[in-house]
Amino acid sequence: MMFVPGNNPGMMADAHIYGPDSIMLDLEDSVTMAEKDAARLLVHNALKSIDFGGTEMVVRINPLNTPYGKKDVEAVVKAGVQVIRMPKTETADEVRELEAEIIKVEKEIGREGETRIMAAIESALGIVNAYAIATASPRMMGIALGAEDYSANLKTNRTPGGAELLLAREQIVVAARAAGIACFDTVYSNLDDMETFRKEVELIKTLGFDGKSIINPRQIEVVNEVFTPTEKEINKARAVVAAIKEAQAKGSGVIAVNGKMVDRPVVLRAERTIALAVAAGVISEEEAL
Amino acid sequence: MRNSKVVSLEEAIVRSGLKDGMTISFHHHFRGGDKVVNMVVDKLAQMGFKDLKLAASSLSDVHAPLIDHIKNGVITGISTSGLRGALADAISHGLLAEPVVFRSHGGRGSAIANGELKIDVAFLGASSADELGNACGFSRSQNAKSICGSLGYALPDARYAKHVVVLTDDLVAYPNMPQSISAADVESVVVVDSVGDSSKIAAGAIRDSKNPRDILLAKQAAKVIINSGYFQDGFSIQTGTGGASLAAVKYIREEMINRGIKASFALGGITAHMVKLHQEGLIGKLIDVQSFDKVAAQSIMEDPSHREVSAVEYASGQHLGSATHALDIVILSALEVDTDFNVNVLVGSDGIIRGAIGGHQDTAADSALSIIVCPLLRGRIPCVVPKVTTLITPGKSVDVVVTEYGIAVNPLRPEIRERLLAAGLKVVDIKDLAAKATSIIGTPDPLPFGDKVVGVVMNRDGSVLDKIYNIQ
Amino acid sequence: MNQAVAGTLESGDIMVTIGPGEGLQVELQSSVAAQFGRQIKAVITDTLQGLGIKDAHVEAIDKGALDCTIRARVTAAAVRATGKDVWKD
Repeated sequence: MMFVPGNNPGMMADAHIYGPDSIMLDLEDSVTMAEKDAARLLVHNALKSIDFGGTEMVVRINPLNTPYGKKDVEAVVKAGVQVIRMPKTETADEVRELEAEIIKVEKEIGREGETRIMAAIESALGIVNAYAIATASPRMMGIALGAEDYSANLKTNRTPGGAELLLAREQIVVAARAAGIACFDTVYSNLDDMETFRKEVELIKTLGFDGKSIINPRQIEVVNEVFTPTEKEINKARAVVAAIKEAQAKGSGVIAVNGKMVDRPVVLRAERTIALAVAAGVISEEEAL
Repeated sequence: MRNSKVVSLEEAIVRSGLKDGMTISFHHHFRGGDKVVNMVVDKLAQMGFKDLKLAASSLSDVHAPLIDHIKNGVITGISTSGLRGALADAISHGLLAEPVVFRSHGGRGSAIANGELKIDVAFLGASSADELGNACGFSRSQNAKSICGSLGYALPDARYAKHVVVLTDDLVAYPNMPQSISAADVESVVVVDSVGDSSKIAAGAIRDSKNPRDILLAKQAAKVIINSGYFQDGFSIQTGTGGASLAAVKYIREEMINRGIKASFALGGITAHMVKLHQEGLIGKLIDVQSFDKVAAQSIMEDPSHREVSAVEYASGQHLGSATHALDIVILSALEVDTDFNVNVLVGSDGIIRGAIGGHQDTAADSALSIIVCPLLRGRIPCVVPKVTTLITPGKSVDVVVTEYGIAVNPLRPEIRERLLAAGLKVVDIKDLAAKATSIIGTPDPLPFGDKVVGVVMNRDGSVLDKIYNIQ
Repeated sequence: MNQAVAGTLESGDIMVTIGPGEGLQVELQSSVAAQFGRQIKAVITDTLQGLGIKDAHVEAIDKGALDCTIRARVTAAAVRATGKDVWKD
């Protein structure tokens, strides 16, 4: 998910050409207070007019307890945004408050039920309430970690190894999976250190995250490389899925592939690998069947 | 020394027999750092000359002082590969009564060699010269003040002009050999403080681009090359100086190393990137008509496999032995490409002259595979259009156009299209690219052209390809 | 109406200054004036008319902004100048 400041029309116009999976236009921390009104209008008009080519569009609004939040919701829902990202989420009630605001605007324009919510968790209390937040509304599509504010809230600072984020990361993955929604990791801002960035992406993939927030098109390639299954992994996954189909056709229960027992977790992992491969464009949907 | 040809500039001009109405010529190897044109024309104006025709290999922003000389009738005609800055703007608005004649580098070489462009007096800047006139684009002495590398665009002038004046800022002991310009072709040598500012020869085009769009375009261009069918051991390549063209070389390099492929030669404007690949053993020879930076200029001085060639040997369409005829792949940029694959590199979408033909017509026509790399839009200016503002390179010479919205292949090259599709590249119809541009920025209004022809674009064979009208 | 500004001189943006005037007068400076000047002015006046503004003096310095950006900047300047927002409080 690529962050793009909401007050920079030049950047918004062609963010999608670099092929990020989703674009997040920001009305919150990257926009100064004096420009919140102007940025809101830029984002509203951009969402209505620019062809983002099928990229999922997300907008990070200001919290509802600021003078900006409600107007942000009105502006982006009326422009047809797909996902609203709420910053600094701490409780399930905050999610429901946003949901109520969204419903109000959707009703006004006759587009009920179309806007989904992603909650960014950026504090200790938010982490404690992660599952409650993740299940607070049927519109919840994902939760994400905001590491800068979170580590400040913990009264520590960010380190390259990320030890201070261990619990938060695991908690977010666990809560998301228990709730059946997606989970996203935080941004890495040193564009000159691609090595450490790659290591961080590899770590969060192992932890189980669905994706990572990025701040520059140069980071897209690394994330795609790490998350895209290798040819070997894809072939293995297809073998498993084929074996299961064969077993189901024959009516037999337990099967083995290459001498290893294939039970449900293995099958689920194989299916996920194939889904990632299709999403990355490495294999076509027909080839996946 | 006896028989020394060293004289003052004024004396050199007197000896040349220059008269009003004659043609003088210059090269542009110091690019944005050139000092020779302004210095010489200032002196000629001082001496009272009028109605002179200026045949430069190219002109840039730094030649704005010519505006006054044109207003005062000192210069009444220009032929060049390109025009930029205030001079170009003024000419687009009708400053010169006679249209400017635009030729490619190969076209100018041919025209000089076959007598179509007759030069009376050539004023050629050199970084070193001996007293008999052997001159080079670098100096082997301790007093070297400037360096430009190859003197490829000066060589036809040196050979065919009636009278040749070499200007240098480093007079060295005879013999200044091996030489680029031969003393046998030189009539006078003038010593000046400075012929050019070498720090400006790179003109800002040679940095490694960190611009994500350039990197995206470069990677796409590299993928096109790698999957084109021409990426074989012994291939040859030429690139322009745009950020994306240069960066493409970086991504081809990785694949060359992976596959154990080496290039037999790199041609054209030679850059530090090419020199690096050559020194790594990935490119056999460097054939240099213009050194784009100090690294290239230094390399041509020191490395026997890095050779200078004249504009004729480089790209003449009338000499079948010119190097472009052996060239496999060329990566070029464009101001505009239209749906017939015609290219414009000379006139902006506002109708104002702002570029140069360079070797575009020559390399696109003679190479086996020509690739244009350009963004779909530059701000609100479309680069893929229904029809180019001015025709510089005809579409039949252009094979592939790479944009960040997809790759278009000329219908004349179906085998290339098949190969790129098979490699999984995003191949699109060029008409769709033009339509995409319009859908984003709207349809531009027609430009306010007047009736006065301010420029004539020549084909490589000396025929007229297109006309440029004034902007009101 | 007071005088107000919105937008920057960055590439892809347009800086719009709006103030009191008679009728809708637009002065435009643009790098693409020849090709798009007429259309840019049309978007500016259409946007103001859509906001119910019939009298204003607008100075715009355009750096290649797309129509949607022009609409956003003109609206922002108008909102700042009149104190009347387009969104509910």
